[in-house]
Amino acid sequence: MTETRDITLDVNGKRHALSVEPRKNLADALRDDCGLTGTHVGCEHGVCGACTVLVDGRAVRSCLMFAVQAEGTAIETVEGLASEDGELHPLQQAFWDKHGLQCGFCTPGFLMLAVGALRENPEMTDVEIRELVSSNLCRCTGYQNILTAVRAAADVMRAGTNG
Amino acid sequence: MNWVGRRLPRLEDPTLLMGLGHFVSDLKQGALAVKFVRSPVAAGVITEIERPDPAEMAGDVFTAADLSDVGNIQAVLNRPDYRRVPHPVLAKERVSFTGQPVAMVIAATEALAEDLAESVFVDIDAEDAITTFDEALAEGARAVHPEAPGNVMVEGRMRTEGVDAAFASAAAVVSFDLKSGRQSAMPLEPRGGVADYDRASGRVTLHASVQMPHMLRTGIADVLGIPESDLRVVAPEVGGGFGQKMSLFPEYIALVWAARRLKRKVAWIEDRRENFLASAHSRDQRFTISGAFDGEGRLLAIDADLLSNVGAFSCYPVSCGVEPLMAFAELPGPYVVPEYGVRSRGVTTNTCMMAPYRGVARPMLTFTMEQLMDRAAIQLGIDPVEIRRRNLIAAFPYRSPTGLVYDEGSYLEAMEAAVRIADIPAFRVRQQQAREQGRYLGIGLSVFAERTGYGTSAYAARKMEIVPGYETVDCEMDPSGRVTLRIGSSPHGQGLKTALAQLVADRIGLAPEDVRVISGDTDTTPYGWGTFASRSMVIAGGASHLAADKIATKLRSAAAQLLEVESDTIELKDGIATASGTNRSLRIGELARAMHHGSHQFGDLGGGLKEHGFYDPDGTFSNACHIAVVEVDPDTGGVRIERFIVVEDAGKLINPLIVDGQITGGVAQGIANALFEELVYDEHGTLLTTSLADYLPPTAMEIPTIEIHHMETISPESVTQAKGVGEGGAIGAPAAVISAITDALSPFGIAIDAMPATPDRIRHVLRDARGN
Repeated sequence: MTETRDITLDVNGKRHALSVEPRKNLADALRDDCGLTGTHVGCEHGVCGACTVLVDGRAVRSCLMFAVQAEGTAIETVEGLASEDGELHPLQQAFWDKHGLQCGFCTPGFLMLAVGALRENPEMTDVEIRELVSSNLCRCTGYQNILTAVRAAADVMRAGTNG
Repeated sequence: MNWVGRRLPRLEDPTLLMGLGHFVSDLKQGALAVKFVRSPVAAGVITEIERPDPAEMAGDVFTAADLSDVGNIQAVLNRPDYRRVPHPVLAKERVSFTGQPVAMVIAATEALAEDLAESVFVDIDAEDAITTFDEALAEGARAVHPEAPGNVMVEGRMRTEGVDAAFASAAAVVSFDLKSGRQSAMPLEPRGGVADYDRASGRVTLHASVQMPHMLRTGIADVLGIPESDLRVVAPEVGGGFGQKMSLFPEYIALVWAARRLKRKVAWIEDRRENFLASAHSRDQRFTISGAFDGEGRLLAIDADLLSNVGAFSCYPVSCGVEPLMAFAELPGPYVVPEYGVRSRGVTTNTCMMAPYRGVARPMLTFTMEQLMDRAAIQLGIDPVEIRRRNLIAAFPYRSPTGLVYDEGSYLEAMEAAVRIADIPAFRVRQQQAREQGRYLGIGLSVFAERTGYGTSAYAARKMEIVPGYETVDCEMDPSGRVTLRIGSSPHGQGLKTALAQLVADRIGLAPEDVRVISGDTDTTPYGWGTFASRSMVIAGGASHLAADKIATKLRSAAAQLLEVESDTIELKDGIATASGTNRSLRIGELARAMHHGSHQFGDLGGGLKEHGFYDPDGTFSNACHIAVVEVDPDTGGVRIERFIVVEDAGKLINPLIVDGQITGGVAQGIANALFEELVYDEHGTLLTTSLADYLPPTAMEIPTIEIHHMETISPESVTQAKGVGEGGAIGAPAAVISAITDALSPFGIAIDAMPATPDRIRHVLRDARGN
């Protein structure tokens, strides 16, 4: 049998004690061992971005990182975006309002990508948003409504900060 | 309050946005992991399959020999020209394409299953691969399957009497041939299934990412030789399909077989490489066409030879006839074609099976007809808009040379509207100025007809043994006044549940939130077909509309009795049944409770509130005009899309937000078809494009803002007045983009004969034209 290692992952502020093979990637560990299946796996080679999560605030393709490498970091996934009472994050709300999703498989990746970027730069221009959104693949929407949703969320979040 | 026509945000979304949706790979807890050992070569005879020593590697390895009690997948067309080629679940004596499943391995975890799969040794006496039309159709070519000598699986032919005379009398004849590259529908979620055996009942429940759960159950049960009632198929959230998930794949049969054999839960989630290698491919066509025109540019006749590379097997249930026979029947598109000659063949090769993908044959046939118009316009010195004006269908109903009856559409009006929006005269000025600065801008348009929402009559005409087409629903109001709508169709991410809830809400006087739509589960939904062919809104919508009307009629009768008025005076609105002209009313919830719990007082009206809806229309035609404005860099061959306009007419818009989403998504896939995506086999039949980094699906940087304008021609052919809209974006966009590139490069006198028009191909035609 393959050896496993005991690690602890900090996901959305909760600690998860896992026993994983060193070759297990972070996406699989989140999905299989932490039960957080909101992070989706679309290609397993780092192109589609559906598995994007935040590791210490930065967007990471969780299929390209081993779970054991994530020990000691703060991981954020789509399950952590809405508040405990179910109120959607402004970005989730904007994706809903602007029809920024169809099948919803790529959506968690886009949400985490944009949340990280907007935290870092709340003043993103349309050009910067397009460049950001081009990091990930969506097969349903043609991207238009994703761009609109990120723009709308950026405006709401900035207004919230200023107010 | 009317809900139909409103841009209602989707009811499906909160679950998906919070990461709480259940896709098939989210359901594999506790399952053994299944992997498939796939053929490393395109063609050959299997001489040996060697399993690793079980003492060293735990797990099961199953081959065709173990599945000796399992039949083959067999799609059937009852046509004399159709060749029946059995499609084995696991390869038996031979392999027919790279990636074909040869063995199934099962282990405790996915990683261990992959280790085990890598340790299975398959020895194959390889043969030369046949991958192209020229190889397959060459004199004396090896037969890919003994059942199909000559490698033609299906062939449609017709020739109206006057074709030759029309060509003889023509003022101009325009002839060329076009190719479309091989594409993948490439849903972001690959295929996958989880099969769970229930020891108590002996039944298997298969959760699978599919578009046709009922059909899948029929197909699996038939191949395994079990009653359908022993199998439950559930399509959970489906991460896109676009046609790729509507066929029966061998992997699902193997999975159900394994769950029964091991009496365990087993899961197979394919990776992206497998999805490219072995799910289903599409396009890969070569169309040769001649058009005869009179001096005014009116089309007199077309004569076409159409080839579709259908790959190694015939997809079940629609068969490998789907591409060639649609091309055969629908090539004339939106144009009046008085005389028509056509030969359309499905050619088998040692490549992955072809199956429907958004638009099926229509992106290619639209590309062909639009090139015919553009090239004739140049040859005859007529403006490209004007030549289309002279040929578009304008009188309805129109009967095509293949017998299709077009209901009312807005072919001319949509084109005129798009042309006005694009402001072509202003563009020509800008184009001229740009050229003086060495920049090459171009404009291109495409007009198309999309046959949508067709029921059994259309599929029966193709001579399919299994004739899909109708839809059924069960609509039930519970005692609290809420509605549960169980549909036989099965969405794959397009927002069908919201749109149906809007429809039903209006019929019964409720809000969409009061209508719960259940789909995808063969145990809890009535038998139906699923999502494909731009049909769900028309046909599942029609069935829902009819069932909801029956509920509404019952509610009106009950309300009339309780309020002591005539039933035709009852209005159902905003959750209340009101006797019009009076102040008497009842909440619909009260009525529902009375009908369930006080049914004795209603006599013949009966107890409960459950109605069935069935709809099987002959079909309708949507139409649209797409205009692309591009800039081409002749030095690099790069194309930038500057503007993209869509004027579409899909009848009544049930939810314009969802309709627009279908169009933008479809156009993006069409642009990918025109410029980027291509599955490439080498001469040995090895697929070279097995990652997303090779296949080049477009990102937000490549897809422009798409300007959408609607027209609404109301057709009596659809009870909801909606026509289908799912595929249109993908159908029209490739032709418009290629036309625009050709226009941009018109100073060089080039023609684009193949999609995708990659920088490499554009440089190639420019080099040929100007020698640099």
